[in-house]
Parts: sequence; C-alpha cells; structure tokens
Amino acid sequence: MQTATTRFSQGADAHGQFGSFGGRFVAESLMPLILQLEQAFNTAMAEPDFLAELDRFQAEFVGRPSPLYFAERLTALYGGAKIYFKREELNHTGAHKINNCIGQILLARRMGKTRIIAETGAGMHGVATATVAARFGLQCVVYMGATDIERQRDNVARMRLLGAEIIPVTSGTGTLKDAMNEALRDWVTNIDNTFYLIGTVAGPHPYPTMVREFQAVIGRETRQQMLDREGRLPDSLVACIGGGSNAMGLFHAFLDDEAVRMIGVEAAGEGLASGKHAASLKGGFAGVLHGNRTYLLQDEDGQITDAHSISAGLDYPGIGPEHAWLHEQGRVEYTAIDDHQALAAFHTCCRQEGIIPALETAHALAEVARLAPQLPSDHLMVVCLSGRGDKDMPTVLRLMEEQA
Amino acid sequence: MNSRLEARFQQLSAENRAALVTYVCAGDPDYETSLALLKQLPGAGADIIELGMPFSDPMADGPAIQAAALRALRGGQTQRKTLEMVRQFREHDDATPVVLMGYYNPIHRYGALEFMRDASASGVDGLLIVDLPAEHDAELGPLSRQYGVDMIRMATPTTDAQRLPRVLAQASGFLYYVSLNGVTGVGQADGAQVRDAIGAIRQQSALPVCVGFGVRTPQQAASFARDAEGVVVGSALVECIERAATGEKAVEAVLELTGQLAAAVRSARQ
Repeated sequence: MQTATTRFSQGADAHGQFGSFGGRFVAESLMPLILQLEQAFNTAMAEPDFLAELDRFQAEFVGRPSPLYFAERLTALYGGAKIYFKREELNHTGAHKINNCIGQILLARRMGKTRIIAETGAGMHGVATATVAARFGLQCVVYMGATDIERQRDNVARMRLLGAEIIPVTSGTGTLKDAMNEALRDWVTNIDNTFYLIGTVAGPHPYPTMVREFQAVIGRETRQQMLDREGRLPDSLVACIGGGSNAMGLFHAFLDDEAVRMIGVEAAGEGLASGKHAASLKGGFAGVLHGNRTYLLQDEDGQITDAHSISAGLDYPGIGPEHAWLHEQGRVEYTAIDDHQALAAFHTCCRQEGIIPALETAHALAEVARLAPQLPSDHLMVVCLSGRGDKDMPTVLRLMEEQA
Repeated sequence: MNSRLEARFQQLSAENRAALVTYVCAGDPDYETSLALLKQLPGAGADIIELGMPFSDPMADGPAIQAAALRALRGGQTQRKTLEMVRQFREHDDATPVVLMGYYNPIHRYGALEFMRDASASGVDGLLIVDLPAEHDAELGPLSRQYGVDMIRMATPTTDAQRLPRVLAQASGFLYYVSLNGVTGVGQADGAQVRDAIGAIRQQSALPVCVGFGVRTPQQAASFARDAEGVVVGSALVECIERAATGEKAVEAVLELTGQLAAAVRSARQ
C-alpha cells in the first residue's frame, strides 16, 4: 500500500513503468521513435505556448469544460447516493476520446508529422482522430477490424466523410487488438512522416502517460465543479474500462485523496464464468502485449484470447498498465458488469434522465445501480458519462427485437 | 566452452562464406511435418536454424509469417511442443545452431526461469525476442547468460550510431541486422544502405552480422552474403508451406528453395 514515498498520482518511472507494469516492449525499429516521442511530449508539456494552445482547442473545438450534472431522477430511483454525471458525451464527436486526440494531434504537428494513423474498435476513437486530422489538414488512416466495421457502420461512414481512409483488418480475429497490430506494422513501415495516435492508456511508454495526461482534464474539472457545487470532494468515482482512458482521466486528479473511493468497471460480457468476457483484471493474467506489461486475456500457452462484450469499445483483451498497478496497490477497486446488466442500465438512463448513453458507459451506470442504493443520501458519487449511445442503436434495437 | 553458434561462425569464416539462416515456424503446418522439415534443413544447406515460436499477435511480422503462426497454433503447437521439437532435433543433429525467434508473452506465461532452463536443456542456442529491446534486457538477459543461451539483438535502419552501443551491450551469438523499416517479408532491402550499416556495426562490435527481413531470392541472398556473416530467409520459405497441397510437398518445396539459397550464399564470395 501507500508509503511515505509513494504517491498514487506519481505516474511512470524513468523506464516508463508503473511498478512492474508498463514499459517499452517494442521491436528495436520502434524504439528510437518512442524515445523521440517521449522527448517531444515532455518538452511540449513544459511549454506554456503548447498548453495554452491545448486549452484553447479544448474550449473552442471540443466544448470544454463539460458540465457536471446532478442526475436527480436516477438518484431518487435508487434512493441512496447523490449521483452526478460528468458529461463527456457532450464533447464534440460525442465521447471523451477527443480530449486525447486534440492533444496528440497538436504534438504531431509540432513534430512535423504529416500522416496520422490510428486503431479503432467501436469507432469513437477513429471518428475523433479523423475529426482532428481534418481540422489540421493531415492525412488520416484508420485501422479497424473487419468484424467491427460490420457492427459499427455509422462510425465508418463518419470517418470517411471526414476524409479518413479506413483499412479493414482481417488478420487474427478482426477486432481491436488486430487493428492495433496492423497500426504498429504501418508505423514501423512509415516511420518518417507518420504519427501513431493511440486512443487509450495502453501501448509502449509514453502512450499510457500521455493519453492519461490529455484525459486528466476530466478529473481536474470534476474536482473544481464538485467543490463549487457541494463545497467538498466527491466520495466515489465510477467509470467503465476497456483500455481505461476515461477512467484514468476521471481518477487521476483524485488518486492522492485517500477518502475518495474509485471503481473501475470492466465488461463481463456473457459472464466471467462463461469465458466470454473482456475483464482483463478479473479474468486475465499478467503478460506483455502491444508494448506494455499488463493484465491480459490469454490461454495457458500465452496466446492472446478474444475479448467479448456487447460494447465494441470495451472489447480489448488488455487494460492500461497504470490500472494494473492501481489494482495491485489496492487504490482502485475493479468490478465487472455483464452484457445483460449493462443493457438494463442503458434503458434506465434513457428513461430516467433523457440521456442515451454509450453501451460502454452503461457498464459504469450498472455499477452505479448496484452501489448507489446501499449508500447514504449524503454520499456524493460521480460517474463518467464517457460517450453517447447513438452509435449503438443497431445493437440495442436488435437485442430489443430478440427479447420482444 | 565454445557455443554451437561460435563454432559454426568460426567454421564458416575458415571456409570464407556466409551462413544461410533459415526461418520456419515451429509446428507449421503440423508438428510431424515441421519436425521432419527441421531435420532435413541442414542437409539442404541451412547453416543455422531460426525456429519461430508461434504467437497469436506477431506485430513485427508480415502476412506470410502471421499466417504460418496461425497455422501452427491451429495445429495445436505450444511453447512446450516447440522445446520438445528442438530436443528431438538435437538427438539427430548436435552441430546446427537453433535460435528460437518470437515474442515475449508466451515466455512470460511459461515463466522466464522455467523457460530458460527448459530451452537450455532442450538444446536451444539462442533467443531472438522481437519485443524485448535492449532496454528490457533485465527480463531474460541475466537468465540467458546463466543458462548459456545467447540473446540475439536486432539493429535496424533506425538504430543510429548513438544508440548502437546500447543494442550491442548485452548482445551475443550474432547481431541480426533488420535490412528495412517494416515487417518481415514485405519490401526489398537497399543493398548500399545495408553495406554501410554493416560497416558501422563492425566499428563497434566483433559479433557476426546476419541480415534479414527483405531477403527472398537466391540473388538477394548472394548479394548480402558478400558482406555479412549470415543471411536470413524466412517469409519466402514459409510461403512454400502455405502454397503446398500436402505436408510432404511443403517439405519438398522448402528444401528445394533452401538448396538454391545455399548454393547462392556459398558461391557469393568466389
């Protein structure tokens, strides 16, 4: 646990590791690139001009700060904790993803890169990347699993509209992890002009730190908004986790406030016992993939196994290394919510609050449904409304028809 | 004690020729075929065998080797079976060095200590772990030195003169020079650039240099064999397996290409 010298917010060490997690497990060809990126990132973050530019785009292009909203009817329904939504779904492009994309694209420009590549699962990160690439007139190539292209057609259309080239990935199982493999192959082939814009707090150092820094605005705002509104810090924070970027973004500003309880919610898919889930912490083992050591879904031989979730955005067999560390340290609690529970919470949120949440977000809302009734009315709970659910209409309608 | 790799490079140096290093994926397309192929590779002209440990997510590999890994995994190949394959090969051939090539996670899952112990006992001579750069030498480096297994490091066109010492620091066996920016089996190496790179490495290291990634044909192999101590061919061999209708035909095709490559490498400096 925490010692006098350990602060949970301290982040990665000089080797890019959070305890034993993280690191730079990449091929030699990529090593000079990620070292160069780390240097560029550190330099930029120390420059007032860069930070001012970032702030300006966060305000005028993304629409920050996002509101902190008191979910009055949901609070009344559960009859316990006072529930607040951090409204990241109101950001431009409808999710928290753009917070990170705007930061990385400004960095890419400073580095003189002209071609942006990205991987995407549900397509929200792909859309956000295509959006910022269009804004700055940079070429954009998005790798997307063939399976995901099929189930996220609207986002594919959006990306194309924004001028991005979508490359379907059929290798492996044609999902997010394969898209990431393919993006890494592209990067190593086109090193001179290309910037790899990773969408979550995973990958080799400095990505987990960089993405967390660009997402940490969520928690910083929440902290101030809560102080303004309630005169004190929240008692608990809840966020869903695929790779874990919206959760790290919300949690980071509170990590050293011991009294603030934090809950990260993984996707249990068809149930942890079924083996068909995406809960790397609850159902995985430590391993090395995509440049970092973290918890991974894998078999006894160390082969990566498929993740399963109703939500394509949580469908990743790993989790950010900082989460793996916070899990081992016991600072953040990690739970898992299955497809069925998420879907129920999705409908409740639509009807009670007039907000259609993303299926990813619905996992966090299901955890709120479980926790809130057990807590007193003076307990302040913040859930990250990480994305809007428009993209999930085909999935939800199909499930409603099946159940009808 | 002289390692098999050292002995082999000394022998080839005396013969004034480069080594032909052949890559095949263990268990591709199935265990028996793969073992039969392994046993016949030296006879066909392979001087060093690089044996791929199949992994579900081979990020540094092109389509040919990705497909080979998936064929092997579908055929039931595991890390344990790969080590068993080396052990069986060793009963038959005690001179040809075997280097296992792959990714870190299957070793991580096996347990680094257990893996190194078992690999050494099976007769493995070297390890080339693509996603373990010099910065992560502590993961397997000390164990490999304890068990007498060489850690083969890679240098690439992005490894500049400043960085090279770091790569060479804990390298042993030979240095694998990646001839192009990209993945295995895609693209073609630039001969002049590779010659310059080998020259730069020679100024800092006495390790033999083997050139791989963009080498497909006997002509290309011969051109690199003039300057380098070894030439690695992988994707072109693995594609022979992909195209073959039966396991027997696969072995035949790989051995035939190996023979052509060996002839080219052996005559390159004459």
